[in-house]
Amino acid sequence: MRERLIISASPHVRDDVSVEKVMYGVVIALVPALVGSIYFYGMRAAFLTLLAVVACLLTEAVIQRMRGVPVTIRDGSALVTGILIAFNLPPGVPWWIPVVGSIFGIAIGKQVFGGLGYNPLNPALVGRAFLLASWPVHMTTTWLPPNGGTLSGTALRGIDAISQATPLAVLRKASDLIADPSSTTHQLVQAREVLTDLGSADTIVNLFIGNVGGCIGETSVLLLLVGAAYLLYKHLIDWRVPGAYIVTVAVLAWVFGGPSGLLSGNALFHVLSGGLILGAFFMATDMVTSPVSPKGMIIFGVGCGVLTTVIRLIGGYPEGVSYSILLMNVATPLIDRHTRPKKFGEVKKSG
Amino acid sequence: MGQPIGEAAGFVSVPVHAPIAGKVAAVGRFPHPLGGEQEAIVIEGDGTDDWHESVTARENVDSLTPEEIKNIVRDAGIVGLGGAAFPTHVKLSPPESKPIDTAILNGCECEPWLTADHRLMLEKPYEILSGFTLIMKGLGCERGIVGVEANKPDAVEAMRSAVPSGSGLKVVALQVKYPQGAEKQLISATLGRQVPSGGLPMDVGVVVQNVGTALAVYEACHLGRPLTRRVVTLTGNPLARPSNFMARIGTLVSSLVDQAGGLEGDAAKVVSGGPMMGMTQFTLDVPVIKGMSGILFLGPSEIDVKDPDPCIRCGHCVHSCPMKLLPTTIEKFVMVEQIEKAVDIGLNDCIECGSCAYVCPSRRRLVHQFKYGKYIAWERKKAAQEKSEREKREN
Repeated sequence: MRERLIISASPHVRDDVSVEKVMYGVVIALVPALVGSIYFYGMRAAFLTLLAVVACLLTEAVIQRMRGVPVTIRDGSALVTGILIAFNLPPGVPWWIPVVGSIFGIAIGKQVFGGLGYNPLNPALVGRAFLLASWPVHMTTTWLPPNGGTLSGTALRGIDAISQATPLAVLRKASDLIADPSSTTHQLVQAREVLTDLGSADTIVNLFIGNVGGCIGETSVLLLLVGAAYLLYKHLIDWRVPGAYIVTVAVLAWVFGGPSGLLSGNALFHVLSGGLILGAFFMATDMVTSPVSPKGMIIFGVGCGVLTTVIRLIGGYPEGVSYSILLMNVATPLIDRHTRPKKFGEVKKSG
Repeated sequence: MGQPIGEAAGFVSVPVHAPIAGKVAAVGRFPHPLGGEQEAIVIEGDGTDDWHESVTARENVDSLTPEEIKNIVRDAGIVGLGGAAFPTHVKLSPPESKPIDTAILNGCECEPWLTADHRLMLEKPYEILSGFTLIMKGLGCERGIVGVEANKPDAVEAMRSAVPSGSGLKVVALQVKYPQGAEKQLISATLGRQVPSGGLPMDVGVVVQNVGTALAVYEACHLGRPLTRRVVTLTGNPLARPSNFMARIGTLVSSLVDQAGGLEGDAAKVVSGGPMMGMTQFTLDVPVIKGMSGILFLGPSEIDVKDPDPCIRCGHCVHSCPMKLLPTTIEKFVMVEQIEKAVDIGLNDCIECGSCAYVCPSRRRLVHQFKYGKYIAWERKKAAQEKSEREKREN
């Protein structure tokens, strides 16, 4: 019997959970897509990811030291941010791009607000948005063909990196040509052929497997879904955000996204291409920056889906996943305030 | 033994009876399981175990009127033995505007680790149901439901076989889900009725009684015995022989520990009650009180002394809350002393079951903050009332 017993408020037992377990669970879920990115884009993908991770961890440690607070880089949150920043970069970017994006994402996106739990925006997306605004050429033209590669970024089969594009960029170009009244007949015919090709079964299969141009970690829907299944199974994410997000994009793309009027869009193409699957399961679900109530999660997901489709179909960029999630991050406190669940035994005021 | 030694001071209060035969040796202040020291009476046993002459068995129990039952229950010092220790005769006297149609007997065991109610249902099912029938008579209600969690099939069986034929009592096996034994959750699980926020079970025509209370009512009505003992679970890994005791009120916890074979491991934390809602103790020299359902001993490796991490807004607390509150948001309001806002979104609806803190990956001290917030809210309310009364007097 001890001289001094420990006194505390209840409860006296806790479930075996921790922030670290949550964060490392997300890391585990990202591993299949990381392996896939190395398969498609070569060791360069692993190298850029490593740079982003190291930059995130160092930035977090340095700033926490400056702030005089405990250094918590072992909690895994900066690790997740680093991987996600790299996953959102074209594989052909110069080495300093992930470094600068990581420093900005952690410093301005997270530590400025007080670190983990207090950031209003997803730090990885803050980093990406900063890079996209500052070095748009690097961020939108350095695509690589998905056929393996070397550290230098030279594709094994000798294809010029700059000429490659993502399926969404091709779609945007073709749609623009069709919408442009000054397009020649030849251009129109070509554009329609491209659209048909994008909607073909071959393209869909390639999109699903990841055999297309795109950001490092976003291309393989299959491998991302494997990770997402793990997150859902471990209850590390809620199905509502990704569910509402993807369904909204599918419906809106089907209704408004077609070349020949309403209800002619290719929903499957829009769901599988770009960063939607990565964003919906791994970034929109970021706990800190998404609503806590079930109803709020649905609203958040639908909002992301509407914004993504609007940007893809009407906006200036071919892809809108990052910006739509960032915009909905900002709306999260408002959503939380208006979606408070009904208390047990709460009586309707009107009676 | 059984002689009244402390009188009730008001309606929501009951007398205390001598739990052993002997002489009053001292009256003074002693450590109390709810914290601090309380006035207590020390009785020196005379070695016999005889009941006081006022304790006599009753023959004509069936002819007792509801009013007589309530008086017997009050004079026997019976309170809710589930843990809250609310005087039972008060619960049996709802205002006429709130008719009771159903009585529920709570056999859910309020917390994990505790087995006091379970043991009692196995050993005294007939007495418990007889007491429950008397409770129903006192309330004047026809329908009685016994709720037992489905992980105690032997208790469900024991209670079912003890139900007198044609009595209309129903024993239901309930989903195993903490806090199923909490009054409002139990009513919702058995009847589908939600007690309104800020309300009591009688607002939906229900009274809930614990199985231990029903046994006490039986003993008071049939045997004339006041409440002088209760079942206490002694459990936890450091304990040599975790056991249930039928312990006299006033027994020192330390002597119960001796009965349970003493402590083998290092006990870092001693809890009166269960692991989710119990109160930590600073000494074992506290008496068993009427509301003490168990004593839990936790070893150093079982307790959590790490500092909390920041909230990552994972929402697990929101999903776990049986009262459908937003624990994380309430905590944030309490921490910045915005108590009114915390109350607005349900601080006072919190039943302190501990589910939110249990699932929190950041180990946030949610219940601690809620208790603090409720206390501040109560203090402010009291201050406001006193102020308005003072102003009324001055005008």
